[in-house]
Amino acid sequence: MESSSLQRQLANLKKSLFDQGNLDEQFYQLEELQDDASPNFVEEVVTLFFRDSSRLVANIEQAIEKCPRDYGSLDALVHQLKDSASSIGAAKMMKDCTVFREYCEKRNSEGCLRSFQKVKKEHSTLRLKLENYFQLLRQVGPAEKATRSGK
Amino acid sequence: MSSVGNGDGCCAGGSDGGQRHVLAVDDSSVDRAVIAGILRSSKLRVTAVDSGKRALELLGLEKKDVSMIITDYWMPEMTGFELLKRVKESSELKEIPVVIMSSENVPNRITRCLEEGAEEFLLKPIRPSDVSRVCSRVLK
Repeated sequence: MESSSLQRQLANLKKSLFDQGNLDEQFYQLEELQDDASPNFVEEVVTLFFRDSSRLVANIEQAIEKCPRDYGSLDALVHQLKDSASSIGAAKMMKDCTVFREYCEKRNSEGCLRSFQKVKKEHSTLRLKLENYFQLLRQVGPAEKATRSGK
Repeated sequence: MSSVGNGDGCCAGGSDGGQRHVLAVDDSSVDRAVIAGILRSSKLRVTAVDSGKRALELLGLEKKDVSMIITDYWMPEMTGFELLKRVKESSELKEIPVVIMSSENVPNRITRCLEEGAEEFLLKPIRPSDVSRVCSRVLK
């Protein structure tokens, strides 16, 4: 009973990640690559993502606070973050980064600041949701991994 | 969309039955992990490095062993395009097929890479089906 409750929680969390636009099809592509030889592939890639993206967010924060602001450097950092997000299917982060880059191109200070707040918020939200997701996945164990269908 | 994970070995053995060796080059650790995962699911042996410089060092040591290079376009110090040029200018390396990856769909960039001898230009995020298609053609 407990196992099926956990599986339901897991399924609901996963559904919400996609329904709310946090993740897209690319995440499923990563799950398809997971097998007995690489049983934790997705979690490993996501861990790498948050390691890199946390560094990039910190660097973006520094770049934004710099005076005078170097919009070229700022754009380059946001570009890296966007690329990284796209590799794991972090759809909302990608969209937020796209908007951010548009403001960088226009050298729109207010727009950049607003966009950065959105990016930071989504970064935190996604990290929390995925931490919960992988924690549940570990609790549910091999049974879920065998039947994981995603959609 | 075909799944490389089906493991039908479309890219697997060389004429000697051994695994084909692909050199993946990307400065992003996330992208290196993803491309390595995709290539390994195609039963390919993968070495992933984080720069063009490291790629050339490895090619200097293991050139006969590398069946294909797949490289990100935009990397600091040496771009994927510069790596492609160095490979194609080398009498020892020029036969190794090179595939370029980029997150940006820039027609001039794509044309330049293909004219310089790239086998294919793939847009990120890379899908297993992209790799499967390329490998089927390039790693006969």
